[in-house]
Amino acid sequence: MIQRFFQIIGQAFIKALESVGDLVLFCSKAITSCFYPPFYPRLLIRQILEIGFYSLPVVGLTAIFTGMVLALQSYTGFARQGFEAAIPSVVVVSITRELGPVLAGLMVAGRVGAAIAAEIGTMRVTEQIDALVTLSTNPIKYLVVPRIMAGFIALPLLVLVADIIGVLGGYIVSVYKLDFNSISYVTNTLNFLVTIDVISGLVKAAFFGLIITLMGCYYGYYSKGGAQGVGSATTKAVVASSILILTFNYFLTEAFFSI
Amino acid sequence: MTAIIPKISIKNLHKSFGNKKVLDGVNLDIMAGDSVVIIGGSGSGKSVLLKCILGLVTPDSGSIMIDGQEMIGASLLIRQKMLTKIGMLFQGSALFDSLKVWENVAFTLLLRDKKSKNDAKEQAIRNLEMVGLGVQIADLSPAELSGGMQKRVALARAIASKPDIIFFDEPTTGLDPIMSDVINNLIIKVVQKIGATALSITHDLISARKIANRIVMLYQGKLIWSGKTQEIDQSGNMYVEQFIHGRAEGPIQMPIRILS
Ligand SMILES: Nc1ncnc2c1ncn2[C@@H]1O[C@H](COP(=O)(O)OP(=O)(O)O)[C@@H](O)[C@H]1O
Ligand SMILES: [Mg+2]
Repeated sequence: MIQRFFQIIGQAFIKALESVGDLVLFCSKAITSCFYPPFYPRLLIRQILEIGFYSLPVVGLTAIFTGMVLALQSYTGFARQGFEAAIPSVVVVSITRELGPVLAGLMVAGRVGAAIAAEIGTMRVTEQIDALVTLSTNPIKYLVVPRIMAGFIALPLLVLVADIIGVLGGYIVSVYKLDFNSISYVTNTLNFLVTIDVISGLVKAAFFGLIITLMGCYYGYYSKGGAQGVGSATTKAVVASSILILTFNYFLTEAFFSI
Repeated sequence: MTAIIPKISIKNLHKSFGNKKVLDGVNLDIMAGDSVVIIGGSGSGKSVLLKCILGLVTPDSGSIMIDGQEMIGASLLIRQKMLTKIGMLFQGSALFDSLKVWENVAFTLLLRDKKSKNDAKEQAIRNLEMVGLGVQIADLSPAELSGGMQKRVALARAIASKPDIIFFDEPTTGLDPIMSDVINNLIIKVVQKIGATALSITHDLISARKIANRIVMLYQGKLIWSGKTQEIDQSGNMYVEQFIHGRAEGPIQMPIRILS
């Protein structure tokens, strides 16, 4: 009885270690492949459009409403103590440091991570990946490398846009609803806009871009068992990349601001 | 003594998935210019055998030589070089749905041979003509074609780089008898035209008789019979007899429960 119990725990543990090992192997193979030819620049451009450009509406909407609600909520809290003047700084610091990269990352994980896992997963179960190999094309280089490079490049650009739109959201609510003075709001914002905040956010975004595309590719690449397998690969890709984004976000923040 | 090296030589090939034995010591020599057909029931491991030769599945043990060169454990470079000599028609066509029909056919011409877009497209259209498809479908996406047309596009893609060896995995399965015959004729025609060695898989006996000059039967992971196509009716092998006459009674037993 007890033996059986430990057996089950042990098997689960070994299985978990194995899948972590698979994942690490896949990621290191994918990342090293980025540095060796052949390169497919046209595929890269297409993926940058797919991941970056077409995510703009989703990320933009998320950013503007987040900036707006941030201004509104801080006002509720700060007005009681007469700290309203802190609102521009609260908005700009939280958006550039945290909310811009994290929310954009999570939105893109839902949109792009799922799409990548579904596309590559379908290619796996319909033998298109096998067909690539027989046509002397390395599927890692043809399918995975353009996507992870595009994620790495596109996410910081998206977050930069999200930062601007988010701050704009805060401005709109503060000036048009809470009757702030427009000029002093802008000066205040610029005073609290710190380069390291923006840069840390963009570095985070590049990491998140890697995480999202790697998870999408990994779960898609190893999916099996037809439509159901592709469905579960999609779910796993989104869940795994969301959790990893939140985890890495903490450690990156610590690395940046611990000094 | 001058020994002729077989085009493909498979020795004692084993492959299991988990504790399920799929290939249990397969031996097969295919000479240059041969057209060999492997027959056998669904799930008997025919596709796995082809995938082992292509290196898509790693066998547990055994040897696969192509043109006298060992493939198992060979370096990536050697295997890639070997793959340039091979064309493969997949069971489900496996066309790239993100690319147009002509881009599928011209895939290696564009990516590997670095041909210009115009040249590649021209050659793709010629290949499509070889399988009886017109220019008008060149710019469609594979999803817009019927199953039979997809098979023919996949055939055009498999022969586009003029391979030495072609594999056909169930080329006629799921097609109506007329379309099957069209595909059979195309296979015979293109194999002759490019002078390739062909290895096909099928459980369609009409197709096997038509395209093969040698037939082998795979059963429970072993090749249990091998002979010339015209010998199959006098094989004297109970398993082959049962298979070619499609009888439920015989030495091959399906694990089904009889309803009472
Ligand atoms: N990648 C795989 N993982 C596990 N089992 C597999 C895999 N590929 C094939 N099999 C099993 O091997 C057996 C033979 O499959 P296959 O070669 O596709 O049969 P067929 O002769 O119909 O082409 C089947 O029972 C299948 O379940
Ligand atoms: Mg098969």
